[in-house]
Amino acid sequence: MKWLKNNSEKVAIPLVFVALWLLKYFGVINNYLLQILMLAGVNIIMTESLNLVNGVTGQNSIGHAGFMAVGAYISALFTDIIFNVSDMPLIPQTALFLLATIIGGIIAAVFGYLIGMPTLRLRGDYLAIVTLGFGEVIRAIIRITPFVGAARGMMGIPKLANLFWIYLFVILALYVCRNFIDSSYGRACMAIRDNEIAANTLGINVSRYKIIAFVTSAFMAGVAGSMFAHTMRYLHPDIFSYIKSTDFLVYLYAGGVGSISGAFLGGFVLTILPEILRFMQEWRLVIYGALLLIIILFRPQGLFGGKEFSWLKLKTGGIHQMGLKDLLGRKKMIKKEASAEETSQ
Amino acid sequence: MILEVNNLQVNYGAIKAVKGISFYVNEGEIVTLIGANGAGKTTTLRAISGLERVHTGTVKFKGEDITNIAPHKIVGMGLTHVPEGRRIFTNLTVMENLRMAALLVKDKGEISKSFDEVFELFPRLKERRTQSTLTLSGGEQQMLAVGRAIVTGGDLVVLDEPSMGLAPMIVDEIFNVILRLNKEGATILLNEQNAYMALSIADRAYVLETGNITLEGTGKDLLDNPAVQDAYLGS
Repeated sequence: MKWLKNNSEKVAIPLVFVALWLLKYFGVINNYLLQILMLAGVNIIMTESLNLVNGVTGQNSIGHAGFMAVGAYISALFTDIIFNVSDMPLIPQTALFLLATIIGGIIAAVFGYLIGMPTLRLRGDYLAIVTLGFGEVIRAIIRITPFVGAARGMMGIPKLANLFWIYLFVILALYVCRNFIDSSYGRACMAIRDNEIAANTLGINVSRYKIIAFVTSAFMAGVAGSMFAHTMRYLHPDIFSYIKSTDFLVYLYAGGVGSISGAFLGGFVLTILPEILRFMQEWRLVIYGALLLIIILFRPQGLFGGKEFSWLKLKTGGIHQMGLKDLLGRKKMIKKEASAEETSQ
Repeated sequence: MILEVNNLQVNYGAIKAVKGISFYVNEGEIVTLIGANGAGKTTTLRAISGLERVHTGTVKFKGEDITNIAPHKIVGMGLTHVPEGRRIFTNLTVMENLRMAALLVKDKGEISKSFDEVFELFPRLKERRTQSTLTLSGGEQQMLAVGRAIVTGGDLVVLDEPSMGLAPMIVDEIFNVILRLNKEGATILLNEQNAYMALSIADRAYVLETGNITLEGTGKDLLDNPAVQDAYLGS
């Protein structure tokens, strides 16, 4: 019983997967619902990725859709044009899909490195301008590249992503973010966010840690891009405009910048919310906007700002952890109990 | 000589903040820079630690030229800087702040030993080690800033205005710790507005006025110097 209590996530996560599969099998989840859940997963990965840069390291990236575009196009190029995956049997098909995803992530990370290297030495707004410019440049390049469909868009990408793969990558993303924040890398990044000069005087190589965070984030964005491409089956450069980047920023700040749980909820809830509001027809986006306004007015730190789900078991950041009990109405926060080992580390 | 500054000049745009000063710090000494606001004390210290670009002149630490080297490399060589105004990482707990300072220390035994030392010097920090640093008072934040320097463990500790905005009792506590650090072998370069306090613990002192060194001598000499008394001690 005690093991179960301490490792509830190891039981809960597979159960959620099985439940989703059963719901799909018995037709409760139709294709429409399925697509929304898949897009929500993609958006969660993107928001987590953005959180590493904007939330944890305190740098402003406002062109994250650019990295997503790189991942999406590179992986689609791989599965659709270089290898025509759709005619293959299941196992090599899946293997190539995963390979394409990883390659998409790596190429996005390379772009992240190239962009980050010269600009992360600059402070604040400069990085924001450069990332915004990068997103638009990528879009312009894709628009004139004939073999990925140029301005017509890329069609007929095999539908290889499914709920299982997307949420597996969501879990991996959560895991990577959690471990990143709980490592000395994450603490160094948070130190940079809180006070760059003090971080410098403690011997933290500021630009190195910024680049590590930025490249990790770009990799995750590339993976999300690949998932997106193989969910939607159609890519167009205009999908990855700055409006898309802004969406992720909204998810992150409404969810709670700097918090893994906040990024998760922001990405999930705000993807689903506009769909739930569909019954309002043309009033849908008005209500959506008003709800965002209410969140920012009454909880400027975001829904989960400064808090984390207790099942993430984060230790760093002076964080208040929220258990299921707290979510279900008990107001009192469980304050993180620092163990004696913490002193000896 | 652990630190040797030669003809240091630092500019902010067209403004010359430090106009070619030279001074040195011997191993095991406490040296203090005193002077009014805007005399260039903080700029000098920041230039030494690599936080400010040196225009002309050289800074030598342990015989090696460290002029315009990245700050984190200078820290790695054993020069620790406690910046002005504490600069605590406010989103981290006290313990996490200290752990950040241990980033360059590889030996785990040494790290926990230095944590113990900090908690022994500042029992108040031990009580609050799991608290967010947002809840600390100004004095406790300064204790934490000094504690971080202890954990980083440099041979030369540069302190920028450690008494700024603190209650007299806490100033005493901080200065006692500085003296103790010095006894344990660290060389101290101190920049202080509280001239009386600084001069009474310093082996040697320099007086800065609008970017130039106008006076130097032992701490005691300067305490007795009528010009210094008049300008900085307010007697």
